[in-house]
Amino acid sequence: MDLVQLQRQLVDYRTSLYHEGFLDEQFTQLQELQDENNPDFVVEVVSLYFEDSERLLNELSKALEQQIIDFKRIDAHVHQLKGSSSSIGAQRVQKLCIVFRNYCEAQNVEGCLKCLQQVKHEYSIVKTKLESMFQLERQILNAGGSVPV
Amino acid sequence: MSGCSDKSFHLIRVGTMHHRPLIDGNVSGCLGVLPSHSEPVNSETNRTTSSCSSFSGTAYFLSALCVYISSFLLPFSTKTSSRINRDRLRLSNWESFAIKLLKGQTLTRYVKNKLELRWVLVQFGAFIVLCGATHLINLWTFTMHSRTVAMVMTTAKVFTAAVSCITALMLVHIIPDLLSVKTRELFLKNKAAELDREMGLIRTQEETGRHVRMLTHEIRSTLDRHTILKTTLVELGRTLALEECALWMPTRTGLELQLSYTLRQQNPVGYTVPIHHPMINQVFSSSHAIKISPNCPVARIRPAGKYMPGEVVAVRVPLLHLSNFQINDWPELSTKRYALMVLMLPSDSARQWHVHELELVEVVADQVAVALSHAAILEESMRARDLLMEQNVALDLARREAETAIRARNDFLAVMNHEMRTPMHAIIALSSLLQETELTPEQRLMVETILKSSNLLATLINDVLDLSRLEDGSLQLDLGTFNLYALFREVLNLIKPIASVKKLHVSLNLAPDLPEYAVGDEKRLMQTILNVVGNAVKFSKDGSILITAFVAKAELLRDPRTPEFFPVPGDNHFYLRVQVKDSGIGVSPQDIPKLFTKFAQIQSTAIRNSGGSGLGLAICKRFVNLMEGHIWIESEGLGKGCTAIFMVKLGIPERLNDSRLALMPKVPPNHGPAAFPGLKVLVMDENGVSRMVTKGLLVHLGCDVTMVSSSEECLRVVSHEHKVVFMDVCVPGMDGYEIAIRIQEKFTKRHERPIIVALTGNTDKVTKEKFMRVGMDGVILKPVSLDKMRSVLSDLLEHRVLFEAI
Repeated sequence: MDLVQLQRQLVDYRTSLYHEGFLDEQFTQLQELQDENNPDFVVEVVSLYFEDSERLLNELSKALEQQIIDFKRIDAHVHQLKGSSSSIGAQRVQKLCIVFRNYCEAQNVEGCLKCLQQVKHEYSIVKTKLESMFQLERQILNAGGSVPV
Repeated sequence: MSGCSDKSFHLIRVGTMHHRPLIDGNVSGCLGVLPSHSEPVNSETNRTTSSCSSFSGTAYFLSALCVYISSFLLPFSTKTSSRINRDRLRLSNWESFAIKLLKGQTLTRYVKNKLELRWVLVQFGAFIVLCGATHLINLWTFTMHSRTVAMVMTTAKVFTAAVSCITALMLVHIIPDLLSVKTRELFLKNKAAELDREMGLIRTQEETGRHVRMLTHEIRSTLDRHTILKTTLVELGRTLALEECALWMPTRTGLELQLSYTLRQQNPVGYTVPIHHPMINQVFSSSHAIKISPNCPVARIRPAGKYMPGEVVAVRVPLLHLSNFQINDWPELSTKRYALMVLMLPSDSARQWHVHELELVEVVADQVAVALSHAAILEESMRARDLLMEQNVALDLARREAETAIRARNDFLAVMNHEMRTPMHAIIALSSLLQETELTPEQRLMVETILKSSNLLATLINDVLDLSRLEDGSLQLDLGTFNLYALFREVLNLIKPIASVKKLHVSLNLAPDLPEYAVGDEKRLMQTILNVVGNAVKFSKDGSILITAFVAKAELLRDPRTPEFFPVPGDNHFYLRVQVKDSGIGVSPQDIPKLFTKFAQIQSTAIRNSGGSGLGLAICKRFVNLMEGHIWIESEGLGKGCTAIFMVKLGIPERLNDSRLALMPKVPPNHGPAAFPGLKVLVMDENGVSRMVTKGLLVHLGCDVTMVSSSEECLRVVSHEHKVVFMDVCVPGMDGYEIAIRIQEKFTKRHERPIIVALTGNTDKVTKEKFMRVGMDGVILKPVSLDKMRSVLSDLLEHRVLFEAI
């Protein structure tokens, strides 16, 4: 593909992500933080996010499968996830986490389970999206261009 | 006498004529006409006749001699008698003239008498001469004589006879007149004697008059009441030869007369006599001296003797008071008080009071009245003068004291001014110099604080002196453009240390619409805010202090409590409203008005123990007034905290890019990426992602970031090198507060401790207050943008305190 086209595509993609609410301002902030001293900052952060989130989601699944559900622990995990998501700018995930926390407070197992599913779902979407975005960026970089901000 | 002898002799002759015819010749000669012409004189009869004629010749001779002598002597005798009379009288000129006048009535007659008398004398003289001549001629008839001799003789005799007849006739006519002259002389003598007596009287009167003059002189020569009265009595007594003289003065009540002075009795017993005695009234009603009965109570001064008391006279003596004398007006006679003077003639002297004596008494009484009034006036004026002198002295003393006090105050002010300014100058100057040297950021911070504090103190000193100028109203504001936000931040900086010592936390709330720059007197505004905030801190033992500042809206500008305050919003100015709310001891509603009075302190022990001179709010009020604003305090009561609110008028600067702004060091123009090179920060966050994000932020800003993921690790790692600690405290179950406290404990010294900032997703009040109470320097709400982080850091580093970054 053409560089310009690639770049345009990236921009469009990003815009759509924002538009659809997958990402919010925070992500922009992250991008701002990326400079020549820190070229892969965003990628690093996002990667970390993925790792963290997956871990957390596994934990949550495990916790909810228990006989006696430790809501406190679940709440803590969800809180973490929420925090991470908000740091990244994964808006949808964050919002779901809030709902999740409410269910936790209400000690609603079913609600929690349902939420968990949703969170997982959302998470996977956002992950995919971000990965494709990064791929696009890599392509652009490989093509010799610069990633538009 | 001689005349008589002559006449008798003629009678003898006549007698002898009848008996001797020879003598007939003589008789006929005497008789004049005799036709005995031719009878020759017989010689025989000559012998008898010659003896007779020798006898008669001798008689003639003797009588002639007598006549001559007496004729000479008569005028002399009259002369002497008159001289003797005059000497006896010893009359002065006018008296002699008077007597002459008296005699003048009979003058003409006297003259006439004198003339007649002279005529008689002449006659007598003629008779004597003729008679002598006749007798001498008779000698020739001793012998034979011729006819001629006889003729001559006869002629002489005839003449003599004629003269004697005329004289006799004259005498008969004159004798009554002579007798009347004599009576006149007697009359004159009587008159003269009377005049003598009258003269004596006049002399006595004159002497009395002289006595009066002397008495008056004596009375008027002294202005002492007692002397006047005593002298009066003494002199009167002497002049009029009185037995007793007494003065009765009215008592204070005015209902009685009290015996005050007497002449003879040395110690007048305090007799009193009621004043409404008819006789006394009579005396008082008349201005003359009135004779009164010796039985009158006022006259019964001496014990009744067995003698008849002499006549008594009483006269009123008006007592004039100062109030009676109006300017240019004679004293009113209606409101007078009278004293009574009683004079007694010696008893048993049968002397009467003469009119002149009464007049004398009246005159003396008037004089005494005048003298007494003069004495009274003099007393008053002396008293007034003494009083004035006393007052003068007192006033003088007071004036000198006041001058001394003023001088002392001025000296004190000048000295204190100088004494205080000198060290202040030293501090400011040296701090400024220190600023120029190489300092670590920490030191720089400290020096800046020192400088700011000392500047503030210098301003305070100036204002102590300004206070007097404030009172005069001659103080003027130093207007300038300044950064409002920076001002508040500075206030916060300055108050933070004290607040944290008292475990109070101060929060500042600036409205977003508050303009960044304003035109006004920065120093004085800061002083006002500082004073108000300082009061809030001072009078709170615990709790929090909330400072809010915003632009006063038009409808809120008019405060119903202060109807006289009419702020008018305009285009180039706005009203800044600042509220400082504390949770301290509060003020009771009745004390609120007193708060702004100079030096007035609320009489509550709690407040008094907090110290303070009571001057602060008064100064604030004046500054606020100068800034066309208003300041007041609201409090619900004791123990319920209080809110101080003030509104001041500030100008809006026209151009923000004023050249002066560039000089303002308040906002550091660090907008580049590496805003804080090498700033060591510590980030504590359990969440890896957010930790990383925060780190990224800070790294982007040039900080040197250390990351910790747990509180223990945080405590372990944190050192004095870290300037800021960012703590994520939004994870439930994790006590970020405790860590903050623990970090604070780790670093006892304030300057070593890093700034602790909490990152939280929670913005509720409770959380915020908790952070503040714990001693966190700031709170940041997640998500943190780059700009936010940048401004936060810059604020933090500049002021070491963060106003809430919402």
